[in-house]
Amino acid sequence: MNYYFAKHYLNETKVEWKPMRDGAGIGMAELGETKKDMVVLGADTTESSRAHYFAQKFPERFIQVGVAEQNMIGIAAGLSYQGKVPYAVTYAAFLIGRPWEPIRTTIAYPERHVVFVSSHAGLATGPDGPTHQMTEDIAITRCLPGFTVIAPCDFEQARKAVKAAYSLKGPVYIRNCREKTPVFTTDKTPFEVGKAQILREGKDVTVIGHGYMVYWLLQIAEELKKKISIEVINLHTIKPLDGKTILQSTKKTKRVFCAEDHNVIGGMGSAVAEFLSETYPVPMKLHGVYDTFAESGSVKDLWKKYGLDKEGTKKVLLEFLKKV
Amino acid sequence: MQKQYSLKELEKKANEIRQDIIKMLVVAGSGHSAGPLGMADIFTALYFKVLRHDPKRPNWKERDRLILSNGHICPVRYTAMAHAGYFSKNWLSTFRTIGSKLEGHPSFKKISALETTSGPLGEGLSEACGFALAAKIDKATYHIWCLLSDGEHQEGMTWEAAMLASKYRLNNLTCIIDRNNIQIDGYTEDIMPLEPLREKYEAFGWHVIDMNGHDIQEIISTLEEAKAVAEKPVCIIAHTIPGKGVSFMEKDYKWHGVPPGTDIPGEPPKAEQAKIALRELRTLQGKIESELD
Repeated sequence: MNYYFAKHYLNETKVEWKPMRDGAGIGMAELGETKKDMVVLGADTTESSRAHYFAQKFPERFIQVGVAEQNMIGIAAGLSYQGKVPYAVTYAAFLIGRPWEPIRTTIAYPERHVVFVSSHAGLATGPDGPTHQMTEDIAITRCLPGFTVIAPCDFEQARKAVKAAYSLKGPVYIRNCREKTPVFTTDKTPFEVGKAQILREGKDVTVIGHGYMVYWLLQIAEELKKKISIEVINLHTIKPLDGKTILQSTKKTKRVFCAEDHNVIGGMGSAVAEFLSETYPVPMKLHGVYDTFAESGSVKDLWKKYGLDKEGTKKVLLEFLKKV
Repeated sequence: MQKQYSLKELEKKANEIRQDIIKMLVVAGSGHSAGPLGMADIFTALYFKVLRHDPKRPNWKERDRLILSNGHICPVRYTAMAHAGYFSKNWLSTFRTIGSKLEGHPSFKKISALETTSGPLGEGLSEACGFALAAKIDKATYHIWCLLSDGEHQEGMTWEAAMLASKYRLNNLTCIIDRNNIQIDGYTEDIMPLEPLREKYEAFGWHVIDMNGHDIQEIISTLEEAKAVAEKPVCIIAHTIPGKGVSFMEKDYKWHGVPPGTDIPGEPPKAEQAKIALRELRTLQGKIESELD
């Protein structure tokens, strides 16, 4: 395996836990040192979405728009026409949900290179409740032509993703969670936009995830290794979809299980299902948020109640394997 | 070197642009009539006098940026650009048809000299703020002009941008509002009142100037005055007559979103509308008898 994992990465008490929003925030501040045309926009959530690392270092290239996300999008479009590379940063619900039509018209259609960096994606947002737990962001970004959609698996990958986004074309969405999650990759782990990572090889079933869910999938594969050989794919780039890697794995295992902290309608699982239904249909299970709004609660309680923790995910996987 | 036009030549140019707007709308069979006719004098002043631009070098870095927020009045922009030499006048008859670069609403992907893509209302002023902020970062000297409709001030996003322009003291930005008092469903003050518009902009921290949108001399001097204001962004409220130049269209909201050749009770027969419109424009509504057929 060519991937470098953090030491003792499968042991969740030994692995370090850090939020991906921190990785994204630190990554942007690091990137700003060499990329002088990079501009960051904040919308009154500067510290909690971690844009403040950049803002403190480069105040002349930080634009505070206040609580006005639609305006943030229009300004980002304007900046990009002028040759700047704008990074718009706030919570997923406000960054993508609130100003969706301005994103469509002023950025996606004219193919503007604007990078959207969210925090507070998914149920991993916790006690703020469903208004802030954005579980539809992948669906509504990946349906826009030309969008690149990235959901990093941990702090280190988020840090790399914001840097890689700089050199891409067109709009890029990078989806980050608020909660601390295991940092199981390292600063040396390779990361290439659009290239899915087979983190563990197996032959009986392909399991595909993004975000922190990938960590549970690795743990589950380890726990079940005597019963079943599980191939784990980190599909950090949901669009463009790495069909080649998915197809190769699927042809080998003939069963696909997808898991994510996102509505099962329109998310990564849907993207994989759309692809496989036309190329190599196999039995599939899409695990995630089952078309519902959740509730306030600690992230651990939410994970448990909505089946997004390791145990809940394992249970759904085992039921699926029993059927097919 | 930009050609220097006399006032008379500019007035004539505005009239030609109006005639070409009517012709392109008739060929297209859809599109907006009132707004484009009402803004013909301002577009003429911009493209033939005020703008720092070069149609042969549309990507010239030091050009003024002209951002059209209310994209639906694009027939007047397309026509003015064709007359200025950005592209062939032959393009005008392809408006709204498959394969044309002249989309129903302006598309940057088709013509980069449009600066942006627009159509959905209320977004242009935010984009113009982005242009102006970038120009500030780059210490550039060109000016950013943003054209807006009055109706799109019902969109909250416009006011978000108005706040920000004032906060960042965007003195390189001038917005020109087409205050023609109509929108699709009726008169603005019936649909959702905008007044007192001047006081609203002043309260938001802008320098506001009222202007007659059909007096080319006044337009030119007001736009020049706006560029000279150093401490604030400038808002020009351009008082215009929708449908200007065509008697049956003037001040009538029913002509907001339809072309000549539309059945509207109380209006001339649809087959006659374009002919009447062109005749009225050519004769300045009967004032020039030598042009009568």
